[in-house]
Parts: sequence; structure tokens; C-alpha cells
Amino acid sequence: MTTQTMERPSQTVGGVEKVLEIEDLKTHFFTRDGVVRAVDGVSYHVLKGETLGVVGESGCGKSVTALSVLRLIAKPGRIVQGKIKMSGRNLLDLSDEEMRTIRGNDVSMIFQEPMTSLNPVLTLGRQISETIMLHQGLNKKDAWDKSIEMLKLVRIPEAERRVTEYPFQMSGGMRQRVMIAMALSCNPKVLLADEPTTALDVTIQAQILHLMLELKEKTGTAIVLITHDLGVVAETCQRVVVMYAGKKVEEATADELFERPLHPYTVGLMKSIPRLDRAATTDHPGRLMEIPGMVPSLKNMPPGCAFAPRCSFATERCRREIPAFEMKASGHYAACFNSDKVAEIHHG
Amino acid sequence: MTATTPAVIDIVEPPKPLGRIIYEFARRNPTVIFGSGLLLAMVTIAVFAPFFAPGDPLALAPARRLRPPSETYWFGTDMFGRDVYTRTIYGARISLIVGICVSALSTVVGLAIGLLSGYVRIVDAVIMRIMDGLMAIPGILLAIAMMALTKASVENVIIAITIPEIPRVVRLVRGVVLQIREQPYIEAAQSIGTRFHRVLLKHILPNVMAPIIVQATYICAAAVLIEAGLSFLGAGTPPNIPSWGNIMAEGRTFFQIAFWIILFPGLFLSVTVLAINLLGDGLRDALDPRLARRM
Amino acid sequence: MYAYLIRRILATIPVMAVVAIFVFSLLFLSPGDPAAIIAGDLATADDIARIRERLGLNEPFLVQFGKWVFNLARGDLGVSIFSNLPVSKLMLQRLEPTLLLTTTTLIIAICAAVPMGVIAAWKAGTIIDRGVMLFAVLGFSFPSFVLGYLLIYGFAIKLEVLPVQGYTSISKGFGPFLNNIILPSLTLGMVQAALIARMTRTSVLEVLAEDYIRTAHSKGLATNKVLIGHALKNAAVPIVTIIGISFALLIGGAIITESVFAIPGLGRLTVDAILRRDYPIIQGVILVFSGAYVLVNLAVDIIYTFLDPRIRY
Repeated sequence: MTTQTMERPSQTVGGVEKVLEIEDLKTHFFTRDGVVRAVDGVSYHVLKGETLGVVGESGCGKSVTALSVLRLIAKPGRIVQGKIKMSGRNLLDLSDEEMRTIRGNDVSMIFQEPMTSLNPVLTLGRQISETIMLHQGLNKKDAWDKSIEMLKLVRIPEAERRVTEYPFQMSGGMRQRVMIAMALSCNPKVLLADEPTTALDVTIQAQILHLMLELKEKTGTAIVLITHDLGVVAETCQRVVVMYAGKKVEEATADELFERPLHPYTVGLMKSIPRLDRAATTDHPGRLMEIPGMVPSLKNMPPGCAFAPRCSFATERCRREIPAFEMKASGHYAACFNSDKVAEIHHG
Repeated sequence: MTATTPAVIDIVEPPKPLGRIIYEFARRNPTVIFGSGLLLAMVTIAVFAPFFAPGDPLALAPARRLRPPSETYWFGTDMFGRDVYTRTIYGARISLIVGICVSALSTVVGLAIGLLSGYVRIVDAVIMRIMDGLMAIPGILLAIAMMALTKASVENVIIAITIPEIPRVVRLVRGVVLQIREQPYIEAAQSIGTRFHRVLLKHILPNVMAPIIVQATYICAAAVLIEAGLSFLGAGTPPNIPSWGNIMAEGRTFFQIAFWIILFPGLFLSVTVLAINLLGDGLRDALDPRLARRM
Repeated sequence: MYAYLIRRILATIPVMAVVAIFVFSLLFLSPGDPAAIIAGDLATADDIARIRERLGLNEPFLVQFGKWVFNLARGDLGVSIFSNLPVSKLMLQRLEPTLLLTTTTLIIAICAAVPMGVIAAWKAGTIIDRGVMLFAVLGFSFPSFVLGYLLIYGFAIKLEVLPVQGYTSISKGFGPFLNNIILPSLTLGMVQAALIARMTRTSVLEVLAEDYIRTAHSKGLATNKVLIGHALKNAAVPIVTIIGISFALLIGGAIITESVFAIPGLGRLTVDAILRRDYPIIQGVILVFSGAYVLVNLAVDIIYTFLDPRIRY
């Protein structure tokens, strides 16, 4: 069953090249207690130079999707189905050796915990230059010089000295900058950023996001920004994909999404952001809103729409049938039978 | 609005019955079952030795010396004509007695010292220096030195092996006590007036139990090995008592012509120690997976 | 970093002090008259008195201790009761075989065990992993003398490829030396290898679960580079620690192994001394072995600083 009725299979959208396209990806984990369908038929693409936001709460599969692109899924997980297209090749067809030339080179990833994502016993210079030496064939000295350049690029002061230091000598924000430097050192086409600012202070968050956007302008790298924070998405992304329980539930440009969300889950997410600027009205009461219930266990999904048990718009049909992911408005897609009702009630 | 109250999803799984837990444990850790079984067999043999070996382990029969294993003499005879099989069976007693006694003694003493050391800082500094010093002397060497100064007897062997093992237990207990002492719930308990000995019993002791039991098992294995080693070198149990180490020591000179004197006690010794070690591994994995790292 | 080193060196002093006190006091801690025990069961009252005089047991405890320490500082470890030769001389004569045996054993054990542990961790849960762990438990459980005799029986008696016993000094050629040292080294090294392999596996397994290993893979590094360059260096500290601690077992095992293979080293010296209750030798041996153990652990502390930069500060 097709989950997308939108595109004619093409390499461009509106004239801009697609650098990465994930097609009907399914990544499952075969545990002793059952099969966890972490990613269950997800498709999205990233255009050259754009920032795509992937939003959802913990466990919805957004990180696993990114790890699947790099084929870093360890046992008991396995990519069961799908295509990941880049430069005309399906990454899932490549051999291990070929895949290694992609990692860190065409596609890079930065992770959520800068405190533990860097090797504590190796110098920063060594950690950055090894990628450069591996993919760009430079010798040790040239790679080291390039590392210093990269550190300067991410605005680390005294780069020449820092490059000989160790991660424990730096703060969380600085370590994340180093991660970014490492990730961009070989000019990747796509940067997968998995919750890069979640573990950082709010002020540092802003700095890092700003830095990422700036570098994106300079290098032309597309960014997939994975986050649960809609505030971050609003600031940085052109397009947004919303995921829930392993599937995509909504996709639109950022403006459209915030203006007119068409899926009850997206609405729920937006309403749960604490807003200090609104006085208590019937639409936005003074209490913090939450989405009642909990994410279903991915081993034991209910029949029908996965969100139905928690949805205030749910009908009998929702509980029986899985809604198709389809275009509801130009460039705006959702998987819901009741999108029109949602649109009626909630404007941004 | 067609809103309906969302149903509450029950995501709590029902608890597994005890039988199933044991079955799954056995399936995942076959070595533990194997080890415990072996150990049980050894203990049975030791306890019911006269039943398994009706002869006299000390009976001399020089006319039948150095006979290879046969139907009458399952493990052959030694240089005095004694039945190696009978001696080996009785030897199990010594090894297991020593192992268990050393294990129990060192655990009790180490527990006491460790608790004291963990709780009273001044005492701690002194005790830890002494323990460090003791640990710097290789265990067998320490035992040998002590045996060299006393009459050979099973009791003295037990004491000689216990003393080098105490520092290990002290370290372990002290480590746990220090760790727990810092926890907020201890402070909370003390602030509502809980007496010291209750804090000890209810909070500290349960946390110490698991690592101590595992350590005690390993100490038992080590003790069996050290006793055999001591006896082999001539510094262990007195020669008139058949212990595996003694039998092997006696068999050394005749090794090339009558290897069975060394082989059978050696095999029994290895199997026993292996069984105890497997049991220790299993306990370690079962009681606390985090322990597996510290040990 | 120098502060760290000096602190470590200073910390060895109280430890050796405790060892010295203990070694010296041992004579007095045992029940009964030490001189009578040393003299043996067949001694006359005169013999006992003579021994007491020789060992200076008639003087007050502290005076004796003082004299003993003073002599130690001069390198005088006393005189053997049995042979009347200086203990230090006897020990120096026997030093080479023991030193070489332990060194060879350690090298073989580390070279075999560390790769085994790394592979076991990498292939955790598979049959290779279980095999390595089984080997580790077996190696740890087999008493060294049993293994020794098994090896002798197999290789020396049945197959006749290697000598049954004995020791050939390196000065007579490396080949002959190796020939004689192989079986003893394997016997002695089994326990070491088992311990090291186990700790390596545990440590590497823990490290492999860390985030920075995922980062290393995400950069496109090959598996062996990740294992050796990234994982092993982080896993090294516990491994080196266990090598240091197991040195005590190595020494104990050497005593037994020298006995089995008739190697004329310090271990044999100790065994002979026990049988004769030649206490000055026993004292000297304990001091030297403990001192060696303390030095080895000091070396381990120094090696830490090279492995983990955080330890320097």
C-alpha cells in the first residue's frame, strides 16, 4: 500500500536537487520479547542546501531513521525494507567497504550527547584529522592543519592550542562545536543532526544552531535536524516532517505547519509548548497542556491509527483503519481521516 | 466535536511466574547449572566417602606397589601399595573442608574489618595501610611463611590461607560501605534518629551481601588451589592425611613410570575448582549484572 | 604530572614498611618458641640456645627490629641458618632463572590473551566469545602443577620434543634457552592469560557500548581501526591494572612451577628453605618478592598516565 501519493519519482523538486531520499524504510528490532517496529514505512527526502526538521517524541523512530541511513543499526536491529537513495545509488545495496566511504564523507552525523561522543583519550586534532586522512588522503601534517582550520571555522578560540588538547578540557558547547567541525571536515552533502542542542544550556543552544546555519550557507550542506523541540524547528527549518510511533504523520513547510497543523498529534505538540505571551483564553488556557496517555509499545501496536487511543478527534474508523499519508493541501501532507476538522479548530 | 475520552492503554506486562524465571535462567546460563551440579557431586563424594570407597586410604600393601589402573584398583596403586582411588576420594574431604572454612572465616573477619574501616575514618587509614601491605605479599608466599613456623595441621593450613585472603574481602566491603554512606537515604535515616546498628543491618548489610557471596565463592576456589599447592610443596597438610596435594607430591618422583598417582587427584582437583569457579560466575551474573564489571 | 608520580612513589613507602614489620614479626607471632621451631623436632636444648643466640632473639624486640632494618638498608639480608652463606648472595645466584621465567611468561600471556579478549568482546555472544570465556575459566581453574605435568607427559615423554625438566641460561644460546623455558612458561602463563583475557573482554565490551565508538563508526573508520585505535586505548586501564595485580599470582605460581620443572631459581630456594625452616632466607625472599610486586604496580601507575590523559591531573 503506497503511503505517498505526492511525487512523481524524480530527482528534483521545484528545480532543486534531492541529495538524500529515503523510500519506505522499515527498520525492525528482533528482541527476545517481540519485534519492535522502530521505523515502519518512513519516506522523506532532503533537498540540496535545505534544513529539514524531523520532529517527534522519544521513541518515535526519528533517530533510528538517521542511523539507518548510515547503516549503523546493530543487532538485534535490521533494516528490513526500503531504499535510501543518494547520488543515484541505493545505500542499502552498497558493500561494507563502499559504505565506509560514505560515512563521514558524503553523509555525516552529530549526536545528542557531546559529553560522551568524543573519545576521551585521543586529542581533538587526532580525532578530526583521522577522518580527513581517511577520506581526503591528506598526510598527517596537512590533515592536522586542516583540523585547525575547521576548529577556527566553528569559532573555537586559540585553535592551535586546542587542537592538542583532550575533550575533558572543554565545555559541552565547545565539544559540540568540535563534533560539528569533525562532521563537516570532509564537506558532506548531508549532515544528520540528532538532537544536537538538547543536552546544552539554552543560551549555548542558540549559539550552536546559529553556527550550524551559518556553516550551511558557507558549505551548502543540507541538514536533517532531528529534535523534539518545536521551538528549534521554528527557528531553523524550511520543511518539517512529524513522526509518531515509527511512521510519518505530517509533512509541510515550516510556515504551513505552524500556521495550520493538520494532524492532531502536531496540534498536541504545539499546544504543549509553554507559552508565556498568551493570557488565559478558552483556546489557550493557563495550564500546561499535555497529550493524555502514552506512546504505545512498539511491540504491541493497536490496529488502526497508532495515535487514535490518545486522540480527541478519534472516531471508530480511526481505530479500525490506518489512515493513508496523503496531500491535504499544496505541499502539505498528513495521515489523518479528520484533518479538515483539525484545521477548522486550530489555527496557529 | 466528536471527541471521545481516550482509552487508557495498559502497558504494564504481568509478572512472570518463578518457575519460568528459573527455567529461563537455566537456559541462558547452562554453565552455572553444570558447575553447581559438579560441585554437588563432589560434596556428596566427600561427605559419603566411606560409601564410595570402602577401603582404608592409609592401608599399606608394598607387594602391590605402583600398579597401573585395573579392575581391582581403579586408579592404580602408589609407591606404598595404597589404593589411589580410595585416597583420592578421601582427599576430597580435606580440600572441601579447607575451601569452605577459609571462605567462611575470611568473609566473616573481612566483613567485620571492612565495616569498621568504612565507617570510622581514623581506623580506616591505619587498616588500609596494613591491608595494602598484606596484599603486597604474594598469597602463597605468605601462607608458606606462616606454615614454616608452625606445626603442620589442617587447622594451621586453614589459618595460613585465610590471612592473605582477608584484605580482598576488606577492600570489597569497605568500598561498598563508602559508597553507600554517601547516599542521601542514609543521611535521611540518621536524621530521623535511626540507631547505628539498625542503619547497618537494614541498609548497608543487604547491599554488601551480594558481592560478598560472589567473592566468597571465588575465595573458596582459590583456597582449594592454594591448599593443594602448599601440600604439593610440602608445606601444607601433614603427610599422613591424604589430600590431593599430598598425593601428588608423593607421586612426583614416580611420575614417569606411574603417572596415575598425579593424574587422578589432579583431575579431581581441577574439576572441583572449575565447578566452584563456574558457580561463582553464575552467582555474579545472577545477583547483579553490574558486578560483572567490577570483578 | 610530576606531583602524581611523586605521590605514587611516596605511597609505596608505608606499604613496604608494613611488609617489613610483618616479615620481621612473623617469627614472634607464631605460637611457641621460634628458635625451637626453627631448630626442629630433633634439636637439643643446646641447639635451641645456639640458634636463639644466632638470631639475636635474646635482645629486646625493638632493638632487634632496629638492627634488622639497619642491616637491610646496607643490603644485608642476614645469613642462612643452614648453609651459613649470606642470604643476598644466595638470592642473587638464583635470580636469573626466575626473572627470565616470569618475564617470558608475562610476554607470552599478554600477547596471547589481549587479542583473544578483544576478539571475544567484538564477537560477543557468538561461539567464539563463549569459547574464549570457557578457556579463561578452565585456565583459571587448572592448578598449575597439574597442567605442568600434563604438558610434560604430552610433549616431553610421549612426543619427546621438549626436555622434561631443567633450565638453560640465555648465555648458552637463545635456542636452548627457549627450548627449556617453553613448557614452564606455558604452565605458569595459563592463569595469567585466563585473567587477562577475561578482563580484556569485559573492559572492551564496556567500551564498545560507549557513544564515542558510534561516532568513530559514523566517520567511516574500519573496524580494526575502531577496535585498536579507539576502543583498546580506553579499555587499557583495567587491563593493565589486572596485569599488575596478577603479578602476585605470577610469583606464587613461579614457586610451584620451578618445583615441577626443577628450575634453579628463587622459587626453589624458597621451597628448600621451607623444608629446612631456614627463616632468614624466607624473610629475604618475601621482602624481595613483595618489593618486586610493589615496583610492578608503581610501573602500572606510571603507564596509566600514558594511557589516560585525565589521570595526569
